[in-house]
Amino acid sequence: MSKHSEHTEELLAHADGVVKTIRLVFIIILLAPFAWYVSSKLAFKKQEITILQEPLIENGIDIARGLIVDDHYELVSTTCSACHSIALVTQNSATREGWKEVIVWMQQTQKLWDLGESEALILDYLEKNYSPKEQGRRAPLKNIDWYEL
Amino acid sequence: MISNELIPFFLMDRKKFISASIIASAAAFLGSKFSFGENVPSTQDLGLPISEKSLLPGKHKELTLLNPKPWNAETPPHLLDDKITPAAQLFVRNNGLVPEKIDIENWTLTIEGESARSKKTYTLSELKSKFKHYTYQLTLECGGNGRKEFSPPAKGNQWGLGAVGCPEWTGVRLKDVLADVGLKSDAVYIGYYGKDLHLSQDPKKVVISRGVPIRKAMEDEALIAWAINGEDLPLMNGYPLRLVFGGWPASTSGKWLRRIVIRNKVHDGPKMGGNAYRVPKYPVAPGAKVPEEDMKIIEEMPVKSLITFPKTGAMVKGANAFEVRGHAWAGDLAIAAVHISLNYGATWSLCTLSIPVNKNAWQHFSAQVILPEKGYYEIWAKATDSNGIMQPMVIPNWNPKGYLNNACHRIAVKRT
Repeated sequence: MSKHSEHTEELLAHADGVVKTIRLVFIIILLAPFAWYVSSKLAFKKQEITILQEPLIENGIDIARGLIVDDHYELVSTTCSACHSIALVTQNSATREGWKEVIVWMQQTQKLWDLGESEALILDYLEKNYSPKEQGRRAPLKNIDWYEL
Repeated sequence: MISNELIPFFLMDRKKFISASIIASAAAFLGSKFSFGENVPSTQDLGLPISEKSLLPGKHKELTLLNPKPWNAETPPHLLDDKITPAAQLFVRNNGLVPEKIDIENWTLTIEGESARSKKTYTLSELKSKFKHYTYQLTLECGGNGRKEFSPPAKGNQWGLGAVGCPEWTGVRLKDVLADVGLKSDAVYIGYYGKDLHLSQDPKKVVISRGVPIRKAMEDEALIAWAINGEDLPLMNGYPLRLVFGGWPASTSGKWLRRIVIRNKVHDGPKMGGNAYRVPKYPVAPGAKVPEEDMKIIEEMPVKSLITFPKTGAMVKGANAFEVRGHAWAGDLAIAAVHISLNYGATWSLCTLSIPVNKNAWQHFSAQVILPEKGYYEIWAKATDSNGIMQPMVIPNWNPKGYLNNACHRIAVKRT
């Protein structure tokens, strides 16, 4: 093979590469809206899945579980919701000692099982997040919904 | 988001709709229901009205839900404005789970006990045909009504103002039924047993079994009732049969009534001992530890009143007069007077007061009010019972479980 023909072959190969690249770019441009559409659909699905897996949290509260999000709140949710609604926990407040008394009372009268190592974790959580707030002998009226009489 | 199933999709926000539809489809796929995210109201819902399609059968959608398991809901004061409380607006208080199946044909009431001369069982129709019917308007109030305001806080459902109501109850006199069975001379107390299920789901465990001394049981107004305001009891209030003792903690008025025991001692069923429905025998400091032997059973409820109109938050134009009204009640006593104050108790005005329709029925008060100048006011109401005892303006004596808060009710109003 002559040098010339070698050069031609090189050129041809290069031209072929350019054509292929242009074709690819064309395909990409043509498919872009499609791909964008598909990917947006995929993203939508991903978003849905995210919502299912990660709890919806508003103002620091896990909406579905009804508890303040903090260490071991899932444990508290599972344990306490076994017999009663979590509302019975969250509408109350007590010191650590007070919550311990509730646990003992539930064990004595409500068939609550021995909580083992979970007890300290649950008490840590309740003490930190559901402890009493001073409200005095008569608190101001709050959350008034004003209307014209 | 009380239950996604009950909210029409076009009212849901998109995120919740998506998560709800995914949970629903996942549940369908798995062939079982998710226990989580379904029928589990979050704390965000608490203190809010029950959803459009009420989860509580026979109950007003604007009752305030305190707890869905066990069901507990109270009535906002403005929904207690009727002189006779509609059944749908009577509070719901449960210690256990509401019975699921009520077999009305085979429902029986058995009376027995160590101080009963015989043991007798009545079907509902026997009860209705054998004894004379009576109708009384009787005030029922939860012993823990107002618990929310105690400090340090008392544990349990945090009742605000509305665990009270005064419908007309129809039934037979408990004393007529007790007489039919026969009382021994040593009888001192009656106790009830109902069909509600313990939270642990153990059918052998009794949820609550309380009662009253014989003297209360023998009163004309002590009823075994099947109707409220001429209709069957709502399921949530004890359908098909319950006890009603007006003026005493509502927990004495057993629901889903199956059995009454006549006792030769103070009844000792669950929720008769410990701190349950009991208060210290002597005044204690807030937060005090009180030994069990120093606690006594609550009998009649103290003097109390509720402003039911206007609803709190009223804005009144200028010097327009408007009516302030409500109800007052006092255990086994009558109300002698109700006063209202526009200045935190500095001065009081006497209200017009009705006479009770019968013993243990609440009385109605009303007054015309003109707010003296532009600004924010609180209207406070204070009732006085027939022994001259008044409601305190501040929270009364603290007790471990937060019972008997009969502090004055107040509403916020503005003159614009």
